[in-house]
Amino acid sequence: MLAAACVLSVAVGSLSVPPGQVWQALSDPSVHTIAAEAVRSRVPRTVLGLLVGAALACSGAIMQGLTRNPLADPGILGINAGAAVAIVIAMAYIGLTSAAQYIWFALAGAGLAAGAVWAIGTGGRGHATPLRLALAGAVLAAVLTSFTQALLLPHAQLLQSFRSWQAGGIDGARFTQIEQVLPFFVIGAAMAACSGPTLNALALGDEIATGLGTHVGRARLFLAVAAVLLAATSTALAGPIGFVGLIVPHAVRAMVGADYRWVLAWCVVVGPLLLLVADVVGRVITRPADVQVGILTAIIGAPVFIGLLRTRRLGEL
Amino acid sequence: MSTGTLYAPRPVPGHDRELGAAGRSVRSRRRRRQLRWNLVVAGLALLVAALFLLSLCIGERTYSIAEVVQVIAGQHVPGASFGVGVLRLPRACGAVLAGAAFGVVGTCFQVLLRNTLASPDIIGVTAGANTAAVAGIILFGLSGLALTGLAVAGGLVTAVAIALLAWQGSGATSRLILVGIAAASMFDAATLWIMTRGSQWDIQAASRWLTGSLNGLSWASLAPLIGALLVGLPLVGLMSRQLGNLQLGDDVASGLGVRVSLTRAAIMLIGVVVLAAATATTGPIAFVSLLCGPIALNLVGAGHSSLLPAALVGAAMVLASDFIAAHLLLRSYPVGVVTGILGGLYLIVLLIRMGRRTRGSA
Repeated sequence: MLAAACVLSVAVGSLSVPPGQVWQALSDPSVHTIAAEAVRSRVPRTVLGLLVGAALACSGAIMQGLTRNPLADPGILGINAGAAVAIVIAMAYIGLTSAAQYIWFALAGAGLAAGAVWAIGTGGRGHATPLRLALAGAVLAAVLTSFTQALLLPHAQLLQSFRSWQAGGIDGARFTQIEQVLPFFVIGAAMAACSGPTLNALALGDEIATGLGTHVGRARLFLAVAAVLLAATSTALAGPIGFVGLIVPHAVRAMVGADYRWVLAWCVVVGPLLLLVADVVGRVITRPADVQVGILTAIIGAPVFIGLLRTRRLGEL
Repeated sequence: MSTGTLYAPRPVPGHDRELGAAGRSVRSRRRRRQLRWNLVVAGLALLVAALFLLSLCIGERTYSIAEVVQVIAGQHVPGASFGVGVLRLPRACGAVLAGAAFGVVGTCFQVLLRNTLASPDIIGVTAGANTAAVAGIILFGLSGLALTGLAVAGGLVTAVAIALLAWQGSGATSRLILVGIAAASMFDAATLWIMTRGSQWDIQAASRWLTGSLNGLSWASLAPLIGALLVGLPLVGLMSRQLGNLQLGDDVASGLGVRVSLTRAAIMLIGVVVLAAATATTGPIAFVSLLCGPIALNLVGAGHSSLLPAALVGAAMVLASDFIAAHLLLRSYPVGVVTGILGGLYLIVLLIRMGRRTRGSA
């Protein structure tokens, strides 16, 4: 299915290309038709969609395990917004232009936002109810978004380009940019790959996890760093995209059960699938203009979130 | 904003108990609380009046207070009649009205949902009104009363939808907040989508729906908001006692003779209409509805209705923020930028307080 989504992603757009020509364009560099160029220009976009989808889904899964909170998501908890405001500062006031430069700002912003949400949500008591955490995240995201807006207003020429970035999109992707931040994805993915057993232990509760030989504090820190790294890197490349990190882990858990090793592994497949399909849908519904994928994931994701709320008793949340 | 506290020292918890030991009657304490409430309201009203005059006097050209008073009294003063009467007066009135509306409605929501973070701009009602308003501007080319009506309808539909989706017997308020957060992000996405589709000119008009701005207010554009406030505020005022009883919990409130569901639905309904009318006039001025309730409560202390103080705090906040945004910064910003920064400061205060509380308990 993921392969099919990839093919769709390079084939469909304001100019649709039949699959046969897609293959021709990708395998034979000497073809220079419009269709072939269109297909080639869509390849980086697809690759970016794969990376970002996987990163966001894993980040969401880790956050849900870490906070023992089924409503955790880098978008809802304000972590994407933290990265976004830091990037805007870097672009507008320091004049950084490439993703490799401002990724450090994104990381710092996301880390600070995560710390702040955790502090407000738990009130320092170590365990937060989903309600408090989600509210803290929503308030923080709102504050940060209005900061972003304020920072942008004096820079009228940047405002337009930021608006589409702010909606969250994987259009305009280039391989050079992806290469620059690839190490961050790799480190994040490696950390996520190691975190399955830890998440399983934490899911049993702090006492049992300690009894099983897990250093709870250190494990939490490790997981938080992994989740923030993945979320910040995605935001640096594609803008703040919400709800992928929320929906995908739930869908995966419904398929493969609660073992986090499998959940994380499947997130790497299902996350990109959702993102690419949403992106393709966004290209088709308002041809020839694109709808940013972040807008679509929010419009698909919010009802899923509400559905989750309705199917569970609040005590279970 | 702190004028009130200067005259009415906040009671220290231990202090109260000592008073009881000294044999002071409940009545004297109640009287002191009433006195404090009166002082706070008077202080806030003075502050609003002072800020109102200040924002009328100072601008590109500065007019004397005498000139401004003459203009308000309806006399013709060359220059000032246009500068103050046509340009600044509607803007200042809009600030007062919108601030009061946001303050009252925010406080109502926070009390009803028993959560200081549950203001309408966080739980999706404002976002719904926004989306409707932006769609009205960009897709249907509306303005004026039709636009206000659409925003009100959007806010109402959103509120009802959130309530219906969240309604499942017990635990409804926390689920309401969570459903609202999801709805808010969905509507924000929809708003962005519509904005990216609009032409450059429409986006200019619609972009106030992202931050909130008092630019270009006229008497005609204020009319719907004035109407909504004239109907809505007295009704909320009438229900303020029931609202106070609801704060004690649903069971206690119904024991005190409050029809809980009916009251809650009625206050929410009025609140949404007033809020949407204000939003349609000025755009969502960030965080005013979130901040006013806690500030007013801190000023008057528990046990008294904080609706009127919250309205005054809101008016003062929007007036002051607009003045800062328009005149004191390097360039002129819309008012929402300053209130957004206030919201950030409030979050930091909240963080520090929570840190202190945990250190106290540990």
